[in-house]
Amino acid sequence: MEKILKMVAQRLALGLLTLFVVSLIIFLAVELLPGDLAEALLGQSATPETVAAIRRELKLDLPMHERYVSWLWGILQGDMGRSLANQREISELIGGRLANTLFLALFAAFVSVPLALTLGVLAALYRNSIYDRVVNAVTLSSISFPEFFVAYILVLLLAVVLGWFPAISNVSDDLGFWERIYRTALPALTLTLVVIAHMMRMTRAAIISLLASPYIEMANLKGLTRTHVIVHHALPNALAPIINVVVINLAYLIVGVIVVEVVFVYPGLGQLLVDSVSKRDIPVVQASCMIFAATYILLNLTADVLSIMTNPRLMHPR
Amino acid sequence: MAVTTLESALATQPSPWASRLAVAAVHFFVLVLFLESLRDNTWWAILGILLIHVYSVLMLRFWSNLERSTAGDTLIVTLTLEYVLIAVLFWDRFSAWPWSAFFGLFLVQACACLVVRFWRELSKAPPTAWFGLVVILLYVLVAATAPIIAPFTETEIVGAEYELWGGQFLLGTDNLGRDMLTRLVYGARNTIGIAFVATCLAFFIGAFGGFMAAALGGWVDMILGRVVDVLMAIPSLIFALLLLTILGTSIPVLIVIIAVLDSTRVFRLARAVGMNIVVMDFVEVARLRGEGLWWVIRREVLPNAMPPLVAEFGLRFCFVFLFLSALSFLGLGIQPPTADWGSMVRDNATLISFVVDDFQLGIMPLLPAAAIALLTVGVNFVVDWFLHKTSGLRDDH
Repeated sequence: MEKILKMVAQRLALGLLTLFVVSLIIFLAVELLPGDLAEALLGQSATPETVAAIRRELKLDLPMHERYVSWLWGILQGDMGRSLANQREISELIGGRLANTLFLALFAAFVSVPLALTLGVLAALYRNSIYDRVVNAVTLSSISFPEFFVAYILVLLLAVVLGWFPAISNVSDDLGFWERIYRTALPALTLTLVVIAHMMRMTRAAIISLLASPYIEMANLKGLTRTHVIVHHALPNALAPIINVVVINLAYLIVGVIVVEVVFVYPGLGQLLVDSVSKRDIPVVQASCMIFAATYILLNLTADVLSIMTNPRLMHPR
Repeated sequence: MAVTTLESALATQPSPWASRLAVAAVHFFVLVLFLESLRDNTWWAILGILLIHVYSVLMLRFWSNLERSTAGDTLIVTLTLEYVLIAVLFWDRFSAWPWSAFFGLFLVQACACLVVRFWRELSKAPPTAWFGLVVILLYVLVAATAPIIAPFTETEIVGAEYELWGGQFLLGTDNLGRDMLTRLVYGARNTIGIAFVATCLAFFIGAFGGFMAAALGGWVDMILGRVVDVLMAIPSLIFALLLLTILGTSIPVLIVIIAVLDSTRVFRLARAVGMNIVVMDFVEVARLRGEGLWWVIRREVLPNAMPPLVAEFGLRFCFVFLFLSALSFLGLGIQPPTADWGSMVRDNATLISFVVDDFQLGIMPLLPAAAIALLTVGVNFVVDWFLHKTSGLRDDH
């Protein structure tokens, strides 16, 4: 137990260190600008007075390390500065949108994870059958489709031709839970289709690689049914790689949400990020990048820790 | 029966005259092609005329080194003559774009030669792999000969907005009245070209870095490994968006950003593969002989690391291609008026709601998206086959 605590603590420390370095990169990337932020903002209309004024306002006249510390401290306290485009507080801009993005990602996760696991176990159970081949071919091609292609096909079929769901998922804070689910159904379905293939294939591969081991053969020889062997004997041991791929895909959901949000004009963080990039609103881009990167790193960290925790050899050392 | 005739055809030595005559004919064809444009742009034409001599020499050498057979020679000569025939029939188009015509000819001949060279492997390939190969070949051919195939020029406004299929505009027109087919054809050239260049650059950086880390070890390995770890900790789309905000969205910047972000994955693979090779005896021998780092990487490690790297190249290309399309779709990749599949989907996306009233109009934004999907599926099939083949050789004892 002590060993495992030590390993988890090590991973956590490493994760925090990565987070720190990433924040440094996101902050320092702006220094790549030829000249500085103030000149880049003003472009052609830069006169020495206006540049100096903007520098003072953005605190560019302070030394770099002081700016970094105050930026990081601000983010930790939830104060991310002001947007350059419309002078609003960034935390105010991001707050509701972050909740929307998380809602969409969680919704997609709740649909895709059980579905992927079931499909993967079934594919392992009926290996090399027609079902297995069809699922294999479908998932291989869905991996290679661009996200917006999947999204527009769904819009075409489910929203325009059949008219079951709205083509634009327009949500606001005062919607009820089920209304919200209904409106975000199409983006969530798109995300599900995008991530399900990878998870399902990994589940299948993890189980199949165990089927050759002696204890499975023993279980088979004992006369257990195939289902029992796979669900009770193979699945628990395949749990570590499966949990790993599930969490990595959840991390991917948070990031992959960007394109889907743009397709469905969903008011989430991804949409804000894309808008800010095209407006070159650098503080907003930095703040949203930091949030996305932090979520991604934390989820990857969780995957690491969970795969240690599910390893019985580490949990019960001799 | 058919197999035995093929075997005997493979065994007979063909006459050397067929290939010599064919090369001479092709030589004169391209010469005429470039001489025709001598008046319009002299220097390019002169460069082309010089190049065609080099090309003929290389072609002749390659051909005589090829494992020869009558059937193989017939295939190469027939395909070449077919291409020349098409060129003569549509002479005004082909002569207007001598470079594209020349490049198309090169592709046709190269493919014919490769098919003859690797016929044994190809004849055993599954139908999915053949499908993938044909799709890739078609895309590359369209991309190479884009100005010849496309009915109009890339950015020309030729009609009203959203015209229907048929007549003058085979696939209708887009939101600004530009011909959809032309945009699709030029989009192939731009999107595939940029993705290909970015992938090559990523491989150059990643493979060199990975092999160097494997060969040198110690603190070089340590530093490169940590840098890559940090770069991979940030999701690549997010990182690319951050860098594009700062550096702006020009095509060279786009290529470099994608290449650097993607080289981290190549680095991991190259390092892992290289690690297993640098401990081999022959590398030890080369080092004791006093060979430098560059020699060890190029002559000892690289040839042995080829199969996994080639398969990875296919997968990376798909990834880069999808990534680039996603960026363009978000409006942050290839900028208008350059034709590009991702931004074409974005520009015409509103049409999708008309699909009930008018199927052709509604399906329009899906055409470029489907073009992207078809290519990635094709590449994936080929990579699948290649991986299966190279790994099959190993555990097939």
